[in-house]
Amino acid sequence: MKLTGAEILCESLTRLGVREIFGYPGGAILPVYDALGKSKLHHVLVRHEQGATHMADGYARASGGIGVAMATSGPGATNMVTGIATAMLDSSPVVCITGQVSSKVLGTDAFQEIDITGITMPITKHNVVVTKVEDVARTLREAFLIAKSGRPGPVLVDITKDAQQASAEFNWEASVPKLPPKRRRNNHDQAEFDRAVEMLNTAKRPVILAGHGIMVSGAMRAFEQFVHAGNYPVAMTLLGIGCFPANNPLNLGMMGMHGEAWVNNAIQEADLLIAVGMRFDDRVTGDLRTYAKSARKIHIEIDRAEINKNVKVDAALVGDAREVLERLTPHIETREHTSWVRHITELKGDSAVRDIQSLPDSGHLYAAHVINDLWKETRGEAIIVTDVGQHQMWEAQYYHHNRARTLITSGGLGTMGFALPAAIGAKFAKLDSEVWVVVGDGGFQMTMSELATIVQEKINIKIAIINNGFLGMVRQWQEFFYDKRYVATPLVAPDFAALANAFGIRGERITKRAEVVPTIRSARESAETVLLDFRVEQEDSVYPMVAAGASLSDMIRRPNNPLVETATEP
Amino acid sequence: MQTLVAYVENKPGVLNRVSSLARRLAINIDSLTVGPTENEEIARMTIVAHTDERGAHRLEASLEKLVDVLLAENVSTRALLERDLALIKVSADQQNRPHLMELIKVFRARVVDVAPESLIIEVSGTVDKIDGLLEVLRPFGVLEMARSGRISMTRGGDLLQPPVSEPPAPNSSPLAQT
Repeated sequence: MKLTGAEILCESLTRLGVREIFGYPGGAILPVYDALGKSKLHHVLVRHEQGATHMADGYARASGGIGVAMATSGPGATNMVTGIATAMLDSSPVVCITGQVSSKVLGTDAFQEIDITGITMPITKHNVVVTKVEDVARTLREAFLIAKSGRPGPVLVDITKDAQQASAEFNWEASVPKLPPKRRRNNHDQAEFDRAVEMLNTAKRPVILAGHGIMVSGAMRAFEQFVHAGNYPVAMTLLGIGCFPANNPLNLGMMGMHGEAWVNNAIQEADLLIAVGMRFDDRVTGDLRTYAKSARKIHIEIDRAEINKNVKVDAALVGDAREVLERLTPHIETREHTSWVRHITELKGDSAVRDIQSLPDSGHLYAAHVINDLWKETRGEAIIVTDVGQHQMWEAQYYHHNRARTLITSGGLGTMGFALPAAIGAKFAKLDSEVWVVVGDGGFQMTMSELATIVQEKINIKIAIINNGFLGMVRQWQEFFYDKRYVATPLVAPDFAALANAFGIRGERITKRAEVVPTIRSARESAETVLLDFRVEQEDSVYPMVAAGASLSDMIRRPNNPLVETATEP
Repeated sequence: MQTLVAYVENKPGVLNRVSSLARRLAINIDSLTVGPTENEEIARMTIVAHTDERGAHRLEASLEKLVDVLLAENVSTRALLERDLALIKVSADQQNRPHLMELIKVFRARVVDVAPESLIIEVSGTVDKIDGLLEVLRPFGVLEMARSGRISMTRGGDLLQPPVSEPPAPNSSPLAQT
C-alpha cells in the first residue's frame, strides 16, 4: 500500500497508540494536517506552540505514557523550545514533531527555515531530521522508544515537507527501530550492593529521599514494601510528591528550600540517606559542604551520570528503581528505629504550632488557606497542576497527595506559564479525573490564551488563581535579600473573572476566607470549566525558607504569628 | 587530564553532539580525534579532556546517554598506548641543516619535505616526545605546525571493541497509551 509521508506519519502515530496531538498548523507541516483530517487522531488546536509542548508534557505526566506535540517550521518550532526544555529537566517523555522546509532548500535560509535540531540538541534526549519518506515510520518508532526508555525525555522529529509529500510503500512490520547497538553495562555490582545492605541494616537514623524516578519506574508498590521493611521515614522531592501516600505516618513531606523544618532537620541529623530516583538538586541540598554531614549515602538511580554529580555517595545502585528496590527489600532486617521516628515526630510537633493553619481566622485570605481548603474539599484526590512560584510551594506544603501522578508541576526548569496548558494535557489523559490548575497571577498571564483552547475543546478544568498582585516568589526574595526593594514585581492584571467571561467561562472573585469553601464546592458541581480568582494577602511569604546556597540547617522559620506580621489593612 | 575512548555512529552531526555535550558540562577538550574503524558505520574517538576523575565519569556516562554513542570509556587509569602525530615546518639554511638532521635522528623523526629555506619534519609518538622535539627545534625557527591530537589504545588483552547489533524486537516501540 502506497502512502504519502504525511499519511504514514498519522498511521504510525495511531499504531503507536496516540489519541490526541497538541499542535498548531503552518506551511511546512500542512501535508500532515491534511492527512490528520482523514485520520482518527484528535488534534487539539493550541493558541501558542509553547502550550502544545506543555500539554503533551502534562499528558505524559498524568498518564505515564507519551505526549505528542506538533508545530510548523521556523517560529512554530522555536516556540516549542521552553516546553521541550521543561520536559527535559523533568524527564518527561514528549515527542515533538515539526515540519521543515523541503530538503532541496535546506540550508538556504528559506522562508520559515530554522535549524531546530541544532537549537534543541542540548534540551532533547535525541532529535533527528527526516528527509526521506521511507524513514518516517521507523524514525517515529525510534522516537517513541527513546522518549520512554531508561530515563525518559523529549525527542524531536523534524520532517521536511518533501518527505511528507512523497509516497512510499507503507510496511509497519518492516519499519522496526534500527538504533545503534549499545554496550550493555552490567550495573549490578555485588560488592556495592552488599555495602548498601550493610548500611541499611546498621543505620540508626535513616531517611529516604524519594524522587520522581519512583513514579517513572512504576515502583510505588515496591517502594512501599521497602519503606515498611525498614520502617524508614520518607522525605519527598517536589516531583516525588505522590509516589508515597501523604497519609502514611512515615511520610514526612517535602524536603529542601521550602521543605518543612522537621524534614530538613531530619535529613541533617540522619546517619543514612537512601536516595531513590532523585538527583540531589541544589534546591534540595542547599550548601553541599554542610549537607547531611553525618550521613552515609546510598543512591538508587537509573542514570549513571547522576552518580556523584552533586553529592558523593557511599554506595551507588545503578538501575531501575523498582528492580533495585525489589532486590534490596528481602535483605532488610527489620529495624524499628522507634526512637528516631519519635524524635522526628517531636520535631514535627514543634513546627506545627507555627503553622498558619493552626492560627485563628482573622478574616484575611491566605494562599495556604485556599490550598488547604481545596485539599479538604477534593479529599486530596484531584489532579493538581501548578505553575511556578509561591503558590507552587504552598501547594506542595498544604495539598496532601496520596497517589502518584496527581501533582504535575515544573520542577527542574521552573517554567512559569506551565500550569494551564499542562492541565489541559492532563485532562485529556485522565478525562474522568478532576483537574485543578493552581497558578499565580504572573504565570497565568503568560499562557492564559489557552483558555480559548479549553473552550474550543469543551473540557472541564477548574482554575484557581492565587492572586497577590505580585510576582510573589521574586517579591519574597526582594523582601528577604534586597531590603524590600520591589523592582518589577508589582503586577497589574486584568479582572480575571471578567476575562474568563469574555472567553465564555464562568469566573468568580473571592476575597474572604469564608467564601473559599462555598465557591470551591460550587465550582466542583459545575460540569464546565470555572475560573476562581482568589485575592490573597499581597505580601505573604513561603516559610520555611533556606536561602539559595545556604545550609539546609539554616532555615528562615515562620514568624510566630504571620497573620499579624504580614497582614495589611483591608 | 583524562582520556576517554568512544565508539560512535559514523554519520553527520555526531561530532557536534559530542562536543556540544562537553561544552554543556563545562569540560574543556584538550584534543579530540575521530577516525573510521574497520566497520565503516562506526567511528572511534579519543577525547582528552581537562577535568578530574569525577568530571570524566560524568562525561563518560553522559556520552553513553547519547543515542549515537555506542560506548564511552574512561581509560585514564589503564595501561595505555598513546600516539600523536605532528608535521613541523622549520626554517633551515645550509649552515644549520646538518645540526637539524642530527636532532631529527635522535628523536626518530623524519624529513618529509625539503625546500631551500625550510624542512617539514614528521614525528609521531607520545605528547612528551613531540613536545621535546618541538623545544629543541624552536631556536631554529618553527614556521608552521600541525598536530593530529592523541589517539589511544589499551595495551595487550585489554580489549575495547564496539558492541554489535542485536536483531531488533518486532514490537519494540512503546505505546503512547499505557
